[in-house]
Amino acid sequence: MKLNVNGESHQFDGDPAMPILWFVRDMLGFTGTKFGCGMALCGACTVHVDGAAVRACTTPVSFAENKRITTIEGLAKGDELHPLQKAWQQHNVPQCGYCQSGQIMQAAALLAKNASPADDEIVSAMSGNICRCGTYTRIHAAIKTAAEELS
Amino acid sequence: MSATRELSRRGFLRMGAAAGGLVFTLQLLPFGQRSAAAAAEAAAAVLPGLSPNLFVELQRDGGVIITCHRSEMGQQTRTSMAQLVADELEADWARVVVRQAPGDPKYGDQNTDGSKSVRLNFTRLRQAGASVRQLLHLAAADTWQVPVAECSSELGVVYHRASGRQLGYGELVDRAAALPLPEPASATLKTRDQWRYIGKAVASVDLDDVLHGTARFGMDVQLPGMLVAVIARPPVVFGRVKSLDDKAARATPGVVDVIQLDPPSPPVAFKALGGVAVIADNTWTALQARGKLEIDWLDGDNGDYDSGQFMESMVATVGKPGTVVRAQGDVDRALAGATKTVEAVYRAPHLAHATMEPPAATAVVTAASAEVWACTQNPQAARSSVAEALGLKPEQVVVHVTLLGGGFGRKSKQDFVVEAALLARATGKPVKVVWSREDDIQHDYYHTISAQYLKAGLDAEGKTIGWLQRTVFPSIGSTFNAGQVSPLDFELGMGAQDNPFAIDNLRIEKGEAKAYTRIGWLRSVINILHTFSAQSFACELAQAAGADPKDYLLQLIGPARTVELPDLPVKYANYGAAQAEYPIDTGRLRHVIETVAERSDWNRKRKQGRALGIAAHRSFLSYVATVVEVEVKADGSWIIPSVHTVIDAGTVVNTDHVTAQCEGGTVFGVSCAIGAISFREGRAQQSNFHDYRVARMSQAPRMIDVHIVPSSAPPAGVGEPPTPPVAPALCNAIQVATGKRIRDLPVPLRL
Ligand code: FES
Ligand code: FES
Repeated sequence: MKLNVNGESHQFDGDPAMPILWFVRDMLGFTGTKFGCGMALCGACTVHVDGAAVRACTTPVSFAENKRITTIEGLAKGDELHPLQKAWQQHNVPQCGYCQSGQIMQAAALLAKNASPADDEIVSAMSGNICRCGTYTRIHAAIKTAAEELS
Repeated sequence: MSATRELSRRGFLRMGAAAGGLVFTLQLLPFGQRSAAAAAEAAAAVLPGLSPNLFVELQRDGGVIITCHRSEMGQQTRTSMAQLVADELEADWARVVVRQAPGDPKYGDQNTDGSKSVRLNFTRLRQAGASVRQLLHLAAADTWQVPVAECSSELGVVYHRASGRQLGYGELVDRAAALPLPEPASATLKTRDQWRYIGKAVASVDLDDVLHGTARFGMDVQLPGMLVAVIARPPVVFGRVKSLDDKAARATPGVVDVIQLDPPSPPVAFKALGGVAVIADNTWTALQARGKLEIDWLDGDNGDYDSGQFMESMVATVGKPGTVVRAQGDVDRALAGATKTVEAVYRAPHLAHATMEPPAATAVVTAASAEVWACTQNPQAARSSVAEALGLKPEQVVVHVTLLGGGFGRKSKQDFVVEAALLARATGKPVKVVWSREDDIQHDYYHTISAQYLKAGLDAEGKTIGWLQRTVFPSIGSTFNAGQVSPLDFELGMGAQDNPFAIDNLRIEKGEAKAYTRIGWLRSVINILHTFSAQSFACELAQAAGADPKDYLLQLIGPARTVELPDLPVKYANYGAAQAEYPIDTGRLRHVIETVAERSDWNRKRKQGRALGIAAHRSFLSYVATVVEVEVKADGSWIIPSVHTVIDAGTVVNTDHVTAQCEGGTVFGVSCAIGAISFREGRAQQSNFHDYRVARMSQAPRMIDVHIVPSSAPPAGVGEPPTPPVAPALCNAIQVATGKRIRDLPVPLRL
């Protein structure tokens, strides 16, 4: 099957049940998408399929056939960072960084749907993404900053 | 930022010219973008600069590579270690790249736990930077034939002001190479007011890579021809395979081999746990095929571990006199003569580290060498553990340290690195061992399980005149000495022996408890349970005395003084530091409490359903006080609208990262309060984030206010001290809000 990842088309002839997570990591070397739980419980593997956030650890590649997969590596437009990446810089959000690709991808999908989310909407949209380092207050603040930037 | 990305590209372009010996290092991430660190490594290999000491490499183009020998797990040690060197070197931060050191004793202590990276390296790394700066002055003086005292430097350039001449550090490399490095210990260090980077909020050197997804963690290592292994480990520690049917697993396309690993012999230490490894050409195939293994296990002696029953046996133990580890006055008489006595038993469960990145390690092994890439907190221990497992000398083993997706003490243990080495030897290929979340939760080195008994006597005025505390928990020592049933000195010094209260009659006792699983250290370690009990009990005493909990806590602590602990039956460890340099200073403890009370507006009445709780504790030589605000809803659910926390960690290197550690340590403390691992038939009952609870954004504080007490005292710990006060402060708040005293953790999400 043909899979489009970050704007490039790839041929994949392996197991169509392979989760997108392992396809992008092991086959393409896009290791920015992380393995945290494998059960759609932590959000570390969040990518976009046609702009919507999905958990790559439980979504088979077959689901993305003829659709566009975007990983963290494809979020910036060339050198132009996504407003969330800029806001993340401004708030120095990451600690270990491991959860952050998933956090940013989840937040990007939220802002794409809801350009100025209320505090509680942020909490509920982001509560599927665990950050064991506990960067939640900064994630929340950075999403607010990016939302202001966008509107 | 753009400089880093530029360097990534430069590094990328130079990859092809890499020298043969470094081939594996440079071929990491063969498809993706290179991280800045890997790029720096590559650039240095092509065009070596001058390395006057272990920590500084001066490049000819003016770049400076600073080597960080501590492991990065989110505390930003790569940034703070570099700040120390760069400040005294007067390097231009924009031209600094950080290189990660491999595990090697020549760097000194690399064991990144115990919140001691800054404390151990504060002077040493500044001297390393200052002596190289001095060397550059000498080289410039030599070039210009002027007295060295007339040379000065700023941001990577040496000046001779009198003649208006200047030379960049890069231009001085050849001249400097011919001169001896001045003695680091005699280098003149800057005064505090001259610090350029130390004490400032310098952004993380890894920020850009993280935001682009190019930061390289242990999980992300990819080598040419690499295989991936996942392992079915015995569900009970010291269990072994009784029978195995691996036909279906072997028949899975992509599976290369199925290999049995020997179970360890006691003590478990950092040895591999044994089990059955499935080796495949990609992670998904390995995970799938592991599910097809049919294994019968022999459980061995730990097979009947039931943590519920075990807890009750520990509660029975704390009900009886134990061995005294600190005593002053006559507690029995004080309690007998008290107007009022209060007693309580506190229970706290096992916890799992659940680092966001599960353990992962990659190895290449030949007959006479091993090369390893691992997210390890302790690369020297990884080196010696791998050497021991393979029958090699440590010098034959190279351990590269990747970024760590969280550590919290889990990645101080080297079992996963040993597994990779054993499987790489068995297959003759590069092998990456990947732990799933289930592997991680079910085969952790768990935070210990504990019971505490406290009893106090109050006089007619409500003053506490006697304090008895008994502590019982399986010791971390059991991991390294199978017969260990009693706490180690350092464990007793984490919140029990070092009780700072001004109580005339005080006795601390320990009891025995055997370990039936691997016990390890988890962020703030035994302080978690001792602070939970002692700071909850302090609040219970306040309530018994009819006093405000904050005022009563200050009263218990008493006047500002140094708590001396002479002649204890068990020596007080003080986190390995001299008490003369790092005393138990109740003045500093009082100060963080008074400050946090002010910042949280402690005395202001809260609206219906909301309440505050306070707790304070000195750990890892730092002082932290925390106020948790809880809001309990009608249905018993609760949230934390705000937390205020104040830390006195002495001199701090990076204010923003200290703030971040206080925020993160607070959230970690909430997780410690709501999480629990239980055992039945020797098996951990939880397996993933659906049943092992860690704080999500919904449970985490909505607002965290952090205040760092300005101080010029010697630097103390930061990564761990924010955690211990959180659980008791939360439980104290819940008690005020609901009247319910929680003495058994975890705190339910619905009260
Ligand atoms: S790894 Fe996919 S949600 Fe956790
Ligand atoms: S930054 Fe470490 S898990 Fe989120």
